[in-house]
Amino acid sequence: MTGNLLEIRDLHKSYGDVEVLKGVDCTMVQGDVISIIGSSGSGKTTMLRCINMLEEFQGGSIRIDGQEIGYETVGGQRRRKSEKEIARQRALTGMAFQQFNLFPHMSAARNVMLGLMKVKKLSKEEARSIAEKWLDRVGLRARADHFPGQLSGGQQQRVAIARAIAMNPKLMLFDEVTSALDPELVNEVLQVIKTLAQEGMSMLLVTHEMRFAYEVSNRVIFMNQGRIGEEGNPREMFHKPRTERLSEFLKTSSFN
Amino acid sequence: MDIAHFLEILWLARIPILKGLGMTISISLLAICVGTVLGVFVGLALTYGARPLRWIVRIYTDFIRGTPVLVLVLASYYVLGTIGLDLNPFQAGILALAVFCSSHVGEIVRGALQSIPRGQTEAAKAIGLTFPQTFAYVLGPQALRQVLPAWVNTAAEMVKASTLLSIIGVAELLLRTQEIISRSFLSLEFYFFAGFLYFIINYAIERFGRYVERKTAVPS
Amino acid sequence: MGYTLNFAAVWRSFDLLLEGLALSLALAFAAILIGAVIGLFTAFCLISKHGLARRPAGIYVTIIRNTPILVLVLFTYFALPQLGFRLGKIESFVFTLALYSGAYLAEVFRAGLLSIPAGLREAGLAIGLTEMQIRTSIIAPLMFRNVLPSLSSTIISLFKDTSLAAAIAVPELTFEARKINVETFRVIETWIVASCLYVVTCSILAALMRAVERRLSLPR
Repeated sequence: MTGNLLEIRDLHKSYGDVEVLKGVDCTMVQGDVISIIGSSGSGKTTMLRCINMLEEFQGGSIRIDGQEIGYETVGGQRRRKSEKEIARQRALTGMAFQQFNLFPHMSAARNVMLGLMKVKKLSKEEARSIAEKWLDRVGLRARADHFPGQLSGGQQQRVAIARAIAMNPKLMLFDEVTSALDPELVNEVLQVIKTLAQEGMSMLLVTHEMRFAYEVSNRVIFMNQGRIGEEGNPREMFHKPRTERLSEFLKTSSFN
Repeated sequence: MDIAHFLEILWLARIPILKGLGMTISISLLAICVGTVLGVFVGLALTYGARPLRWIVRIYTDFIRGTPVLVLVLASYYVLGTIGLDLNPFQAGILALAVFCSSHVGEIVRGALQSIPRGQTEAAKAIGLTFPQTFAYVLGPQALRQVLPAWVNTAAEMVKASTLLSIIGVAELLLRTQEIISRSFLSLEFYFFAGFLYFIINYAIERFGRYVERKTAVPS
Repeated sequence: MGYTLNFAAVWRSFDLLLEGLALSLALAFAAILIGAVIGLFTAFCLISKHGLARRPAGIYVTIIRNTPILVLVLFTYFALPQLGFRLGKIESFVFTLALYSGAYLAEVFRAGLLSIPAGLREAGLAIGLTEMQIRTSIIAPLMFRNVLPSLSSTIISLFKDTSLAAAIAVPELTFEARKINVETFRVIETWIVASCLYVVTCSILAALMRAVERRLSLPR
């Protein structure tokens, strides 16, 4: 048992014959903010989705706070944990998606309250007050009773982040949360994430915003063809890439 | 259930059953043909008709679509005789089904024509086509792709609706089946058998509809 | 033609027609309610990854949709008692129409389920909801809103199908109309009034469904 918050060992994942993760190792401790960069198809989103068991994986292990996620080994046989157990483990992490995925038939507040009431079994009043607290934190207290259709993309994404964080996860996963946004809305979302990072929230971000990755993370992982191509602190990574692949990638991306 | 006994009765009743089947198919075909011709006019009137015409046709379709087919069949059977049109049950039934079919086809045609973007008509005008030409070369072919699959479904609806003619005494498959049952008392077997025959016909039509849908889809 | 319209006789029996209409509505309501439960369950089976759930559901829907409802009604009422399954006229009809509705509603619901983005399920999973919780609090309510327009036309068409109960002498609207027709010989008047009752009821149902749709529409 280590003191690591997240521990990924030799993660393998295939879709049919196509192997998209070819043995990924990664550890992070409480308070780490790690950005995962890389070209599309490098496996970075898949890795994030494995941590939340939105994807099955065929080999290796993922531990959060020492708990093995998704699978258990019984009598030498690796098998998927019960759905109930997996649902409980998913609540250890929070996830924000590229497409926000707010529930369109619920107000902003109800979106945040749903998990608190159904998973954490809080009363409606408790859930409401937690929801309001978090909507306030993302600057949307006044929009609590608006429906997703009435909010801009940036506002929707902030509600989605509040929805995930209100569950009090140990680790937040951000999957390209600004990719679907109009350029002028990107900043408000990044600002929210930055504040959370400064407050000590552990997070793992898949992002195309190189400037942002450079500023908020204490570590950067460069994924390349299903493996970790290079990792280190952002200063070294962006200014003195050690591999040809990374310097190529940085040239084509908008970091300058 | 005695299979051998059923098969024996079935063999004895083969002629009435085949006649009934033939009747069902003729009813359906006639209703579809007459109903489709009427329905295309209904659809065109609903889309391009002058306001008074559009109004009348709209009332006609709404009224027909708000009335159960069985009521249409019964009304046609009883009413037409009263007003001096001496139709036999077969003719009255066909008329009711054709009217029913026309309101369906009308809506399908209207829906298809209205779904074509206005820009198509404008583009056709811009290259100097007259309205009949626009319809023949631009609107019609596009609408047809949409109409065909839905129209095949309507055909299946007609086969199913043809059973209602048994109630006014047209000797189609269901009435023949009932006659056989009243003599043989094999209601389970013969209703099942009739249901099976209808299923085969409609299933074939449904598969054909899927095929048409694939064939008419615009490559993309 | 020598026929003058005289509604007096029909007005005298108007109560009977209204009672018939009330029974028609009750039949439709009961059958659709049961049918909706069957349909929702079947729809989830139809989109399931597991063949063991998907295939039986597909067979049920295909058989019902390709068999005339009159055959189903007669089969349940006259043939099933041979297997010891004996129901009263009304129960038998509701049973048949419920099974029939189930198949049609399943198709409606299936289309609605397919229109819901997969991301919403994942978002539910990510906050720790179970599959069942996701179905009840996210997918079903959204699907219901999506399908309201097609649900409306299916419900109206099922209401019209209650006229087939007349075939097994359930005293609903069509049955009463036919009785009045035979007793009073006011043929035209009877069928005009009966179809108007159907048309008006269908319009009211459509208006109600539109009101529900407006009520549930999401602010944007």
